[in-house]
Amino acid sequence: MNQFLRSLSATQQVGALFLIVFGLLAIVSTVVLILSLRERGDDAGSEARRLELRNFNGLLKTSWLMVVVFWVGWASGERVATVLFGIVSFFALREFITLSPTRRGDHRSLVLAFFVVLPIQFWLVGTAHFDLFTVFIPVYVFLAIPVVSALADDPHRFLERNAKLQWGIMVCIYGMSHVPALLLLKFPGYAGKNAFLVFFLVFVVQSCMIVQHLASRRMQRPPVAPNVSKSFNWKSWAIGVAVASFLGGLLAGITPFKPGQALAMALIACIAGSMGHFVMKALKRDRGITNWGAQGQSVTGAGGLLDRVDALCFAAPVFFHSVRWYFGL
Amino acid sequence: MLAKLMSLSLLGLIRFLTGAQARWYGCPPKAEQRIYFANHQSHADLVMIWAALPEELRSITRPIAAKDYWTQTPFKQWITTAVFNAIYVDRARTGDQDPLEPLIEALNNGDSIILFPEGTRGNAEEPQAFKAGLYNLAEKFPGVVLVPAWINNVQRVMPKGEVVPVPILCSVTFGAPLRVEPGEERRAFLDRARQAVIALRDV
Repeated sequence: MNQFLRSLSATQQVGALFLIVFGLLAIVSTVVLILSLRERGDDAGSEARRLELRNFNGLLKTSWLMVVVFWVGWASGERVATVLFGIVSFFALREFITLSPTRRGDHRSLVLAFFVVLPIQFWLVGTAHFDLFTVFIPVYVFLAIPVVSALADDPHRFLERNAKLQWGIMVCIYGMSHVPALLLLKFPGYAGKNAFLVFFLVFVVQSCMIVQHLASRRMQRPPVAPNVSKSFNWKSWAIGVAVASFLGGLLAGITPFKPGQALAMALIACIAGSMGHFVMKALKRDRGITNWGAQGQSVTGAGGLLDRVDALCFAAPVFFHSVRWYFGL
Repeated sequence: MLAKLMSLSLLGLIRFLTGAQARWYGCPPKAEQRIYFANHQSHADLVMIWAALPEELRSITRPIAAKDYWTQTPFKQWITTAVFNAIYVDRARTGDQDPLEPLIEALNNGDSIILFPEGTRGNAEEPQAFKAGLYNLAEKFPGVVLVPAWINNVQRVMPKGEVVPVPILCSVTFGAPLRVEPGEERRAFLDRARQAVIALRDV
């Protein structure tokens, strides 16, 4: 089996990976469908189970969507993939800004963020201007945005408003843009397989979140910061990070890393991702919402995309830079 | 053909920028004759509520547009007539002509209409006091269903005086239909209608 996989070309290997993922998703979806058909009781227990199933269904739908997006991105080349992630970043920022009230004076800064900063950042990624794209936002944009805001002549809560906007740019544009950047890293002897690297990152971060979620459900422990999250505790967090890092180590074969390196890289990505998700929870609590979407609950009717990608937005830059730095790329 | 293209690209643009989400709370979207009345804070309000309606209702629902503003240039005139199929009303009362005349005509034809009872755009959080037009129409057409609506966030997309819109999710919430109770005074009804619109903000 291993021999057979090694004999395939890079493209065939990535194709096989997607076949496996799509197959797994299809199996899980079928099982969930069968379960949902069987469930018929009226007592409280089956009601709770139904609710759980519905939640899981939502998660499954997102997974399908994400895999399809990744597949389209890979199949149609790096340029298209970059554009695709640019669109995701656009929608995430739209959600972020919607729920962080801005004032009239912020209008020009918002125009700058959406229609100038975002395209330029993703263009820099697409053209592999790595040195510029890592500093473009933290250096140039973060100094330019307050200038534009100040020119709008509204000093009311100035620092707060700018911080809000810059934080949105940091997470939604800067963080997100590092995912397609992985596609352009040039590892010796790894040409054409960079899609695996993106898969590796998404897979370990996502499994870390899921394992952590399941672990905190199993064992009720006092939360670390009950005002931010009722479920976050160090033990389930450690389990999530450990399991996902171990899975990352097992996946070393599809990455340019040795098993030990893969484990370490997965560990870094998981810590950054889970901590980022936690930080975003604090932001949401401050806004008085449980998630960025919550259709029918929030007045905006936002889609909740940011809930799904926030961990990735934190993990991607850290992962990207540690890989670049360690391997001297 | 051109108008169709324009309407499609406009819809696409609005969905891209605002999501243009309709939230039906008090009533389902239904092809009956209705007067939708909503808060008014931006020129985009008209476009927003138009985009939030489902396709089948959009073609039988006509928004009201201020004649002085929307006929200023040939393009504005074309877009309101060909794309929105709008009804023009005079904001400044001229002579003894009833400003409601065009609305009455449209309602007689069986069309639904979108009305902004404040008469003008406001800048405050809450809508200004409603003008009498809504009451007069409700009296004249007791069979037409009055649906309150709250347009959320649009003023953030494009504040007064700006030309480039920014993407912020917006929604239109439709509430439970209202009717003029027997013997209800005009002022009392208008205040009640206004409260019904405001109440939708927190749904």
